[in-house]
This record gives sequence, structure tokens and C-alpha cells, in this order.
Amino acid sequence: TSCSLILLVFSVQAHKEGKPQKLLEMNGYTLVPHSYDYDLIVIGGGSGGLAAAKEAAKYEKKVLVLDFVPPTPLGNSWGLGGTCVNVGCIPKKLMHQAALLGQALQDSRKFGWQFTEEVKHNWMTMTESVQNYIGSLNWGYRVALREKKVTYENAYGEFVGPHTVKATNKRGVEKLYTAERFLIATGERPRYLGIPGDKEYCISSDDLFSLPYCPGKTLVVGASYVALECAGFLAGLGLDVTVMVRSILLRGFDQDIANKIGAYMEEHGINFIREFVPIKVEQVEEGTPGRLKVTAKSTKGTQIIEGEYNTVLLAIGRDACTRKIGLDKVGVKINEKTGKIPVNDEEQTNVPYIYAVGDILQDKLELTPVAIRAGRLLVQRLYAGATSKCDYVNVPTTVFTPLEYGACGYSEETAVEKFGEENVEVYHSHFWPLEWTVPSRDNNKCYAKIICNIQDNERVIGFHVLGPNAGEVTQGFAAAIKCGITKEQLDSTIGIHPVCAEVCIHTSREGGIVNSSGILAYAV
Amino acid sequence: MAALWQRRERVLGVAGLCRTARGLSGKNEYDLLVIGGGSGGLACAKEAARFGRKVAVLDYVEPSPQGTKWGLGGTCVNVGCIPKKLMHQAALLRSALKDAQHYGWNIAQPVHHTWSVMAQAVQNYVKSLNWGHRVQLQDKKVKYFNMKGRFSDPYTVRGLTKAGKETIVTAENIVIATGGRPKYPTQVAGALEYGITSDDLFWLKESPGKTLVVGASYVSLECAGFLTGIGLDTTVMMRSIPLRGFDQQMASLVTEHMESYGTKFLKRCFPTKVEKLESNRLQVTWKNTDLGTEETDSFDTVMWAVGRAPDTETLNLKTVGVKTNSETGKIIVDASEATSVPHIYAVGDITEGRPELTPTAIAAGKLLAQRLFGQSSELMDYDNVPTTVFTPLEYGCVGLSEEAAVQCYGSDNIEVYHAYYKPLEFTVAERDATQCYMKMVCLRERDQRILGLHFIGPNAGEVIQGFALGIKCGATYPQLMKTIGIHPTCAEEITKLHITKRSGLDATVTGC
Repeated sequence: TSCSLILLVFSVQAHKEGKPQKLLEMNGYTLVPHSYDYDLIVIGGGSGGLAAAKEAAKYEKKVLVLDFVPPTPLGNSWGLGGTCVNVGCIPKKLMHQAALLGQALQDSRKFGWQFTEEVKHNWMTMTESVQNYIGSLNWGYRVALREKKVTYENAYGEFVGPHTVKATNKRGVEKLYTAERFLIATGERPRYLGIPGDKEYCISSDDLFSLPYCPGKTLVVGASYVALECAGFLAGLGLDVTVMVRSILLRGFDQDIANKIGAYMEEHGINFIREFVPIKVEQVEEGTPGRLKVTAKSTKGTQIIEGEYNTVLLAIGRDACTRKIGLDKVGVKINEKTGKIPVNDEEQTNVPYIYAVGDILQDKLELTPVAIRAGRLLVQRLYAGATSKCDYVNVPTTVFTPLEYGACGYSEETAVEKFGEENVEVYHSHFWPLEWTVPSRDNNKCYAKIICNIQDNERVIGFHVLGPNAGEVTQGFAAAIKCGITKEQLDSTIGIHPVCAEVCIHTSREGGIVNSSGILAYAV
Repeated sequence: MAALWQRRERVLGVAGLCRTARGLSGKNEYDLLVIGGGSGGLACAKEAARFGRKVAVLDYVEPSPQGTKWGLGGTCVNVGCIPKKLMHQAALLRSALKDAQHYGWNIAQPVHHTWSVMAQAVQNYVKSLNWGHRVQLQDKKVKYFNMKGRFSDPYTVRGLTKAGKETIVTAENIVIATGGRPKYPTQVAGALEYGITSDDLFWLKESPGKTLVVGASYVSLECAGFLTGIGLDTTVMMRSIPLRGFDQQMASLVTEHMESYGTKFLKRCFPTKVEKLESNRLQVTWKNTDLGTEETDSFDTVMWAVGRAPDTETLNLKTVGVKTNSETGKIIVDASEATSVPHIYAVGDITEGRPELTPTAIAAGKLLAQRLFGQSSELMDYDNVPTTVFTPLEYGCVGLSEEAAVQCYGSDNIEVYHAYYKPLEFTVAERDATQCYMKMVCLRERDQRILGLHFIGPNAGEVIQGFALGIKCGATYPQLMKTIGIHPTCAEEITKLHITKRSGLDATVTGC
């Protein structure tokens, strides 16, 4: 920043006059006139953007975060922190927890607890608790930015020229800011069907978690993890839930596991309408919730079906927020079809001073921890001379369906596709968590699968577990996979008894069923 | 089927006949005889049977001083891990019932717990496991004798049934896997007469009521924890430190949490006598070493959890020359689990210097059978064995404690990364997370190899297992830092550890 000091006066002048900034020669060096307002402007205050901004501030960079949430078609909006905090991971897992507690209530009677016969769930109590917690997180982020001396504006950022963005606040006041570098971290928003009535009457995950009334009988459209997670917890809270699926469940995830998740959900009272897509949503009656008539068409033929629901939740995918932020003004390329931004392995776009992280990246994972990691490492490379790049390989993840699913590495299909069936060995086991034996429920629904590459010393290339606390279980195995573990090493590890995770080290080629005392019995 | 076996035994089991058979042919009846049908013994027996060997298992449960006994499967299944974790789960469910209100479930408080409902359910499950073990032995053609074994010569074991009927079993290889049983502080008057142990607790038909648990072992803290959790007035009396052998910072957090959870602690106290009052309650007298005073209180139940000891006496080991540690009574084994008599082996809690854990006994038993009959040479690796203490707030660990690491490498050569974190589920439930804590002990030099990992919080066992695998494979701090977290979980905080103790910085995790 020593150069910027020298050039400060000069370039502020240039900026005020609105002149394009030119390269200047000084003492034989070519200098960029970075008397910019900021060293870094981050567009989007979600997980990735905030992590990068705070990291940059650590290196005493002048940073501005622009965050603005355009309301949903139903008018819902939220505070700082992005999808994860406001309409993603956090409220999702808390509501999933509410549903798990519903199961715990049932189990607890078998463990000797006595209380009133009928226990009803109150949507508003849950939602208010969840929203209060989110409110505290929003506030926490603002405080954190302030403490770290990151400037924050609740304004919509869009590029208007090189090194320049326009920030528009909710009152429509516009300001221009310049920066040496930019980070785009605007994330994604739920997709709509583009059918009559969708934006008028349907909700998305952007609305669900703060819905001021119980959604009642709900149709969830889609088979993404968002769809299945929401359908799962709604059913767990006691609602009548139907999932309408166009083709397969959990595209991109191990399909054997995806189908097990679907089967479990069906057994637990969730209806599935397969190979249908909605073509029209009409309001039958206004209200909170009202009544909606959904007309759907078969994807295979001409069959038309109708159904009535209180709420229709669309979870058919998410679109990158990249088309209305002036990327064309600065020449940042996007994939025209998906709207996603291609970057190199250093999260740099085709415009060298503009970077991107998070869900908007092409061919990268849409996960909070990945965005955070990528944002931090990027900033460390930019400002702290670091060289580490974000490693997008073997990233673990968890789907919080009623039966949770944790995964790391290849799915069975992809492993076979990549290495050939003859080179892939699959070790697996069904299991019954000890805690489920006393309430005698869901025997043999839990499952663990380890995929190994025979050609590479049976190195573990895929880990899949279906069961309670799958995320907690998967995390450590992901660390072990990062260390390159082989099946042999897995076998020589000692289990912790009695936990579910110990089953993951006791899988076999033949499969089979392990119960919680380690008895391998009762062949499938 | 059991009846059929018995009948056959009556024919074959005539003592003189067997001995004659051996004497004549010079061959032993079995390739392998396992004494003790617990985790280690059964695993060894079944593995040996897989190699087509002729295997027999002797198992007999000497009733506890209070008369409690149980079926096949050993401590873990009957009076250990399984009932313990199920009762721990019952206690966790009370927290769930409380949390549920915050999550919108309209449940009228207070809720009530009925011991007999829980105990019956747990006992039924345990009995189904006893049955499962028997079926498995039968399927694998392992001969099972419900008899107490005693060596009469190095190849011969005399089995005695409850009814006093004797059977002689001879075998080429013998594995001792008889485990341990809770100790009684026999110097305390009334201890044996009025006290119970973990051997009885899980089989009680009625609630133990107001309970004093004596001891600071994990058994003590786990039992006191779930008794508190199901709503009983519970006190732990401990003479010195809790969880000896475990990381002491973690141990303090565990007991600190228990105190906030409602368990009472009588620290630096030791009991001197137990008397029965007319009310049938038990009056316990103890010495408070801090104040030098003598104190008393009455309880419905007094449970001893002052350690466990093997029962090697009745095995008649001296006669055959199997060496034991005179202090602990445990059997001395080498790396291949062989005792001082080469064809006699020992696995599990009865062995000197081994961790007293089911999974290690199972692994050791299996590997032993593979070496004996499967042309394997693989030895059991007792390093970096993970474990979990199922106290109300669970504690999972693998590798060295901080103290042990300091002792091995010196405090200048280790780096401890740590964090206090709040599980997401605790927020809405307004639960206190003061003791949710984790630390990773690493070498400071070069690649920062991980020496130990310690985690206190919900599902600690599930969290630790995978990391244990990584640590076993020599994971380093930088490797762990390259692992991306799973959001939102507690385990992800381990992949984000960055505050060193040395820095003195605040280790509280905030936000995402």
C-alpha cells in the first residue's frame, strides 16, 4: 500500500472527475493507480464473502462488503450472513432437530418416560426460536465486521465499470465505490418452475424457515437434498407431506443410498409422486395457510393429476445470482446456460482483478465450508504471500434427511465409471443403532459403505453412511481419507463401542447386518 | 438345541473317558478351548471356527454378592457397554424432552420416569443378545459349555456346572478370557453386605432411589450420570482425581458439567462404614480428608465403582505355570497374547497392561485366532485406541493425554490446539455449553504429527471414531486442516482448530 499512499491525491482527483484510470510511470516502475476506495470489495455477505472479508481485514486491508437480499416473490427477506445462516444449513438443521426430537418423544416412553398422551407441535414456537437465533447470528456478523474494521453496506452491488461498483440501498440511494480487487460471492437463490401460479402461490426454502404459520398439508416439488430435507422435517413435525419427483432422487449422490433414503421416508409416511411435474398452481382459498390446487403432468405420458395442498414448496434447484450484477460491464465470463462463473484453481475469473467463491462457481461444490475455506485461502494468497489453494477433492457432506446421510469421496457409480467395475471393491454393512433397539424401530435401515480402489492398494475412495449423526460420523473419516487411508488400515483401527461409527470400520464384501453388540447375524 | 447338547455331553463328558481318550491317542479333543464367553473369548472362538477348527467355549457367571447373574456374552453385553449406553440414552432423552419444548413440542412438565419400564426394556434387549450369541456359536459349530473352568494340567480344563457336574475338556490351545469383576472395598464395614456394583445396577427391578456411587472411575461417573439424568438424587464420592489415566483437563470438565447437571460430589472423601437403618435405608459414614471430619448421610442404594479385578484365583493358573502380576492378579502376556505357557493365551480385561475395552478384546481375540489357525503373523496394535466415556456430556478421546504428551516429549515440543464450541442444537434449546471443548495435542516440530485428540460434547464417540483412523495412519495437523468441515456439525470444529494454548488467546468459537 505504500504506492497507493503516494498516488492518493492524484487518483482521488481522477476518480472525482470520472476519468478512466491509466497506468502511470514512476521511477521506472509501472504502477497501477490504486488510490482505490478499497483494497477489496466483496459483493455478497454470505459464508464465503464474509470469511474472505474478515480474513483480508486481518492483513489490514481496507475492505467493503456489499450485501443485499432481494425479497422473495412473497416478500420475504433477511439479514447479513447469506443462505447458510438465514435460509439454509442453520434453520434447516434446527428444524430437522425439532423433527428428531419428535422421534425422541416417542422413543422416550419406551425408555421409561411418562407424560401426556398426545403431544402436539407448535410451528410458531419453533419458528420464532429459530428466527431469534438467526437474528442473533445476523447481529453477530455485523459486530464481527465492525470489530475487524470491515465496512459493511446493506446495498446491492453491481459492476458499472472497471474497478467500480454501484451500491444501491433499499431506499434507492446509489453510491460508487472503487477497489483494487473484487470478490463475487453472491450465491444462489431458489429456482421457480415458470408455470402459472408458481410465484404467486408457491413458497421456496427462502420462505419456509420464517413462515408465519404452519404450512399444513404440503407438496414439496423436487428431489434435491433441499427438497428431501424439508419434506423430512415437515413430516417429522407431524404434517402430511408429499414429494413430487421428476426423475431420480439426490442427483449426483450415490444412487443406492439415495434410494434407501427415499424408501425410509416412504416408510415413515411421506408420499412420493414419481415422474410427474406440476404444470399449474391455483388458489382455491386464501388463508394462512390457504388451499392450493396443483395440476401435474406425467413425464412419461399424457396423464394429468390434481391434488389439493395447503402449501407448495418448490425445491427444484437453485440459480446463481450472476446475471444482474453487471458482469458484462467488466467482461467477467459466465456460463450462459447455468449462470455460473468459471474460475481457475485460484478462484480467479477471466478478469484478473475479479475473483469469485462459493455457490456461483462452475463445477465446484455448493457448500458453506467450501466457500469459507476458498475465501480464506484466496485472501491469504492475495495478501499474506500464502500459496495454498483450496482443495475441492474429497469434501465431505451430509444430507439431513430423517435418516441422515454422510458422504465423502466417490459414489459407487462414479467410482465404477472412473476406475472400472473390476477395480472397485465395495465393503458394506447394514446396522441397527443401539438406541433404536429398545424402541425396536427401523431395524437394519442404517447402512455403511466403503468404496476402495483395488489398483491403488485398496485405498478408500468413497465413504457413505446412512444413520443417526451421519455428519458427526463422516467428518473424522473424511480426515482419514485426506490422509490416504487404505482398507487394511481401516481394518486395523479399533472401534469405539457401542457407537454407529464403529460399524464403518467393520464393513465386509458380503455385507450383512451388524447389531449394536457387534453380532453379525440374521443374513439379509 | 441346548438340551440336545447336554445329552451328548453326558455321554462324552465322563471325566475318565475323556482323559483316557487323550491318554491313548495323545491328541486333545479340541484345537482351541476358550475360557470365558465375553467379547474377546467369543470373537476368538468364532474366528477359529471359521478356519474349520474344533472349538469349545466355557462360560460361567459367578453370581454377584447380591445374587445377580446373567447369560452368555460377558461384561459388555450384560453389565457393561450395552446396558450402560441404553440407560445413558434414557437420560439423554430427558434432556430431549426438555429441549423439545423450545423446539415447539407442547409437552407438559414435569415428566416422570419409571425405572422398571426402562430396566425391563434394557434387560429384554440384553437377553436377546445372549440368545444371539448362543445361536451364533451353534451356527459356527463352536461347542458351548455353561461351566466354570479350572485348569487341571496345561492341556486340560475341568468344567463345573452350577449343579456340580464335572466335564473334562482337553485342547491343543487354550485362551483365557475371563475378564474382570467389580471390586468391593472389603475394609469398609457393610460394603459387601449392603452395597451393589455395576454387576447389579442394570438388573435392578426397582429404582435404586437416592444413590451414593463410590469411586471416580468412568464406570462411576457414567452410572452417576445416567442416574442423575433419569431424575434420581445421586452423589459421587471420590477420594482423589476423577478418570485417572484420562486427560485431567477433560476429566475436570466432565465432572464440572455433571455438577451443573445435578450430580452431587463428595470430593476427597472416603467411606468408612455402611449400616442398615430400620427404615431399610443405608447409612453411610465417611471421612472428609479436607476438613478431617466424619460425616454421614442415608441413601437407598450404595454402589461401589472403585475398580475392577480379574478372577484368576479359581483358574488354578499356578498349577500350570501361567504367570500373573502378583499385585493386580492379571495375566502377563507377550505381544502375541501368549502367557508364560506357550500354548496358553489370554485376551481382554484379564491381561496385564492392556486397555480394558471390548473392541480391543475382540480385535485381539480375532487376530490371535488368525495367527493360530490362519497363517497370519499380524499382531494386535494397542496404540491409539479410541474410547468414549458416556457421561451426560460425552468425552471421546484417542492417543495421548496432554499430560502424557508433555511427559513423553516435553512441553516445549508439543502444541495444543483447542476450542470451546457450542453445538447448534444447544442454541435454540438454551442449553449451557460451557464444557463443550476439544483439544488436539500435536508435536510442535516438523510435520506436527497428531499425538492425541480429545472431545467433549454430544455424540463424542461418533465424532472421534473417524479421526482415530486418521491418527492411526499418522495424520498431521496440516492434513487435518486441509479437511473441509461438514456444516453444521460439532465434528467440523475439529477441522477448524487454530488457537494454540501457548498463544493464550480466547479459544471460544463464534459463528460459522
